[in-house]
Amino acid sequence: MTTLPSTEEVWQALARIPDPEIPVINVVEMGIVRDVRLEGPKAIISMTPTFSGCPALHLIRAQLEETARSLGFAEVEVKTVLSPPWSTDWITPEAKERLRQYGIAPPRPTRERGALIELEAAPTRCPRCGSFNTSVKNTFGPTLCKAIHVCNDCKEPFESFKTV
Amino acid sequence: MRPEVREALIAKLTALADDEVILAHRNSEWTGHGPILEEDIALANIVQDELGHATLWYGLRQALDGSDPDRLAFFRDAYEYRNCELVELPKGDWAFTMLRQFLFDLYETLWLEAAQHSTYQPLAEAVQKIMREERFHLQHTYAWVERLGLGTEESNRRLQQALDMQWGYAQQLFVPIPGEELLVAEGIVPDLAPIKARWLELATRHLQNSGLKLPINPGYQPTSRAGHTEHLWSILAEMQSTARWDAEAKVW
Repeated sequence: MTTLPSTEEVWQALARIPDPEIPVINVVEMGIVRDVRLEGPKAIISMTPTFSGCPALHLIRAQLEETARSLGFAEVEVKTVLSPPWSTDWITPEAKERLRQYGIAPPRPTRERGALIELEAAPTRCPRCGSFNTSVKNTFGPTLCKAIHVCNDCKEPFESFKTV
Repeated sequence: MRPEVREALIAKLTALADDEVILAHRNSEWTGHGPILEEDIALANIVQDELGHATLWYGLRQALDGSDPDRLAFFRDAYEYRNCELVELPKGDWAFTMLRQFLFDLYETLWLEAAQHSTYQPLAEAVQKIMREERFHLQHTYAWVERLGLGTEESNRRLQQALDMQWGYAQQLFVPIPGEELLVAEGIVPDLAPIKARWLELATRHLQNSGLKLPINPGYQPTSRAGHTEHLWSILAEMQSTARWDAEAKVW
């Protein structure tokens, strides 16, 4: 009889699943995987949605399940938890740095988040040249989690991760 | 939970979800037809969020009565839908769409803010989730109302026409459903009256600052979510056709 991996080893395996829309970071450092519990031959994984309508959620769920099965678990349950709601504060500092290198301005700490209606948000730092002389072009970008900006110094458009 | 409270909660969750589904589907008609690429993308994002919210509301209902969200969305006829009439009106021009989205986003944001302390834990959790997304919508449509209202003579005229048409319909957002008082008494959902007062104050201020006049005669104000315009039938026919032709059709 083969021995099943430990909780720690399951976490390590899940950390090899890249985020489907931003492949430079994985689903663990993204803060999507909330809990791993092993009960004999059964693995129970809790995940939390980033944005509730994110189309990548189905894929992430399937990949979590597939990964746990490939480790030898006969039964895998992927649970969705909503509370506490996912926050970009959970993205690890290393992952935020990789986002920046990838060309996506990382989210700020949520305590800097403004009021209900905030039209003059503090400028986002350009991930290419580091300038703060940037403007928001669109609060909505190619995926639900990103906004589009332009740098007025290096003249390059860039995306930012929304702070939620 | 007492049976009559449970019934009222199921009805309320259905109304919340139906508003989101119909508004999302209506606005999805702009996909590929937006005035500029960025706005096409922005509205598609908002639509996707609203569908996510509908999924959460239907999910809460499912936990109470085991109903399948896909069956609810794709196999109910218009007379079973409980959305307000505002969201089913044809998309009109860009001003019509942006104004409706603004009036709805402001209502939704204020409702969510008041509902975060719901005594029904699953609802309080869903509210926390949705609020984080909704603020981006309101920011966006708030700016559009100002831009169109203070833009050109034509943009102001179109927005004013939209307001004259929608103002009465929008009041239905604050009409409680039958049995809602039971939910309010238990602290499950917030009382709509103070939310309406805040909505009126904030909406009026922003619309007037954007160069618009509130209609003196508010026009037709629907009162029951059991009633619908003829537009709901045609939007459902389109939205549900694939599922009804082939109920086993798989998602891409």
